Amino acid sequence: MTTPTTTRAPALGGLPLAVRVRPRTRAWRLAVVGIAVAVAACILGIVLGTVTVPVADTLAVLVDHLVPGATSSVSATTDAIVWDLRVPRVLTALVVGTALAVAGATFQGLLRNPLADPYVLGTASGAALGAAIAVLVPVRFAIVGFGLVQVLAFAGALLAVTAVYRLSRIGGLSPLTSLLLTGYAVGSLLAAGLAMAMYLSGAALRTIFGFLLGGFEASSWERLAGVLPLIAIGTVLIAVRARSLNALLLGEESAMHLGVDVRRERTILLALASLVTAAAVTVSGLIGFVGLVVPHVVRLIVGPNARAVIPLSALWGANLMLLSDLVARLLGDVPVGVVTAAIGAPFFLVVLRSARAGYEL
Amino acid sequence: MTAAAIALEGVTVAYGERLVLRDVDLAIGRGELVAVIGPNGAGKSTLLRAATGLVAPAAGRILVDGEPVRGLDRAAVARRIAVVPQVAALPFSARVEEVVALGRVPHEDPIRGPRPSDRAAVAAAIERVGLGHLLGRDARELSQGERQLVLVGVAVAQAAATMLLDEPTIHLDLRHQVQTMELLADLNERDGTTTVAVLHDLALAAAFFPRLVLVADGRVVADGAPAWVLAPERIRDVFGVDPALVRLPAPV
Repeated sequence: MTTPTTTRAPALGGLPLAVRVRPRTRAWRLAVVGIAVAVAACILGIVLGTVTVPVADTLAVLVDHLVPGATSSVSATTDAIVWDLRVPRVLTALVVGTALAVAGATFQGLLRNPLADPYVLGTASGAALGAAIAVLVPVRFAIVGFGLVQVLAFAGALLAVTAVYRLSRIGGLSPLTSLLLTGYAVGSLLAAGLAMAMYLSGAALRTIFGFLLGGFEASSWERLAGVLPLIAIGTVLIAVRARSLNALLLGEESAMHLGVDVRRERTILLALASLVTAAAVTVSGLIGFVGLVVPHVVRLIVGPNARAVIPLSALWGANLMLLSDLVARLLGDVPVGVVTAAIGAPFFLVVLRSARAGYEL
Repeated sequence: MTAAAIALEGVTVAYGERLVLRDVDLAIGRGELVAVIGPNGAGKSTLLRAATGLVAPAAGRILVDGEPVRGLDRAAVARRIAVVPQVAALPFSARVEEVVALGRVPHEDPIRGPRPSDRAAVAAAIERVGLGHLLGRDARELSQGERQLVLVGVAVAQAAATMLLDEPTIHLDLRHQVQTMELLADLNERDGTTTVAVLHDLALAAAFFPRLVLVADGRVVADGAPAWVLAPERIRDVFGVDPALVRLPAPV
């Protein structure tokens, strides 16, 4: 075999290397801080509220319910406020924040688009429309807590995201722009559908309006139990596919060359992200921007590795939602979507500014 | 006789009605260093995509290490063949070492993630390709030449016996073109990496590759030593240019 006679480039010299290990410690730190914040936010969420309940009474209620055999002299009203209103509300905010952030991280990685999130892509609106239609359908059925609302919300989310994905791939626009524009167009259509559903709703108007407004006022143990398994299972199934999301960093064709069956993984991940989005929407309605903001901030700190980004997004999505709901309550029960939008919309513009058209490597 | 690293047997590939490859026979032996050349639209990139099973042939069959590529799953192919793409785009900022680590995706445990052996392979690839001075840098902010090195680093970390490259020098200035070619030659010589590169620059191909495969209009029209493949009459026929315009290095 002939060898070129030119001198070797200096790059081949084999520099003495102190290969820096990925700062996995940062991920661990972010996790530890995240858990501490989550615990603090949960406690604040249970202690604070429009009705002042002494901390001792709040604790007594929790002990009553969590420690078998314990009984205290707290009044039934206090017990109901703490145990039937505040605790389910806090836990619902926690799982919804998790779901939206995980879905956002998944959509961003899968579609390779830093601006993707369940809200921007129309997934959440699709779920809301599906749920609204379920409210209007006079037939009721429920199998172990999963009713028509969840089924149609999932179908709506899946249809919306599939439509946006397919439509955005045709036409000559850059992938970034076309995804946003198709998301906008499909989202507008879905908003019209929701308006139509409200027009037709009659007595169910309040329920449907609740999907549109977004919030945790209507949280209950029953509703929480209906979505918690979906969100927990969906999140775990997404987290174990981190490898596929990582491979997609270099592009779809490169992901194939890295051993990922892109078509199959895309179908599975779109379905899972739609599932957790739909589950979240059925209990909280439309709450924007959590899915956009959280994965970006996490990536900024720990890098793009999905193995860290997915679980940390889950944790910090829960935190952002808990804190937003807390702020919303302290401002006199404004819709939580107002708080997340106040944080998220400026953030969206910052990401849009920094997202380079080709982001070529 | 050991099986060829990649063998195409009577392969025809069609995109819709258009035949992109017509009845191609090509065997790449283990440890070979081969350049695929030819005019735009000749089917060079499709040849690479067919070799890795990304496009299914309308006729013929493709063997990787003697096994039909259709019978292998993507991860099995990825452990045998690494592909350096022409372009790669990162949607998020990523440090050079994080990008190189993507080469371990086909080897990682899907659930538990990279093992110490994977981390060692990434460190080795970084050293082998000479990326040490780029560690910690955002891969999106590198120069074209540095990006090319990073993408080769991904392929080296992949630790596949065969490396395919789609026009690895297309965006590079002369110095980086030569640097990349030398790196490929070195990987081939010292690590025994079977290398197939699609190239536009005939002089570069002739200087660094002992075997050239000339593709035109979906067919392999010449296959052999540079001096023979790049005979003046063939350059005139295939590329439609005056062969005097193509300055080739003197035969080694």
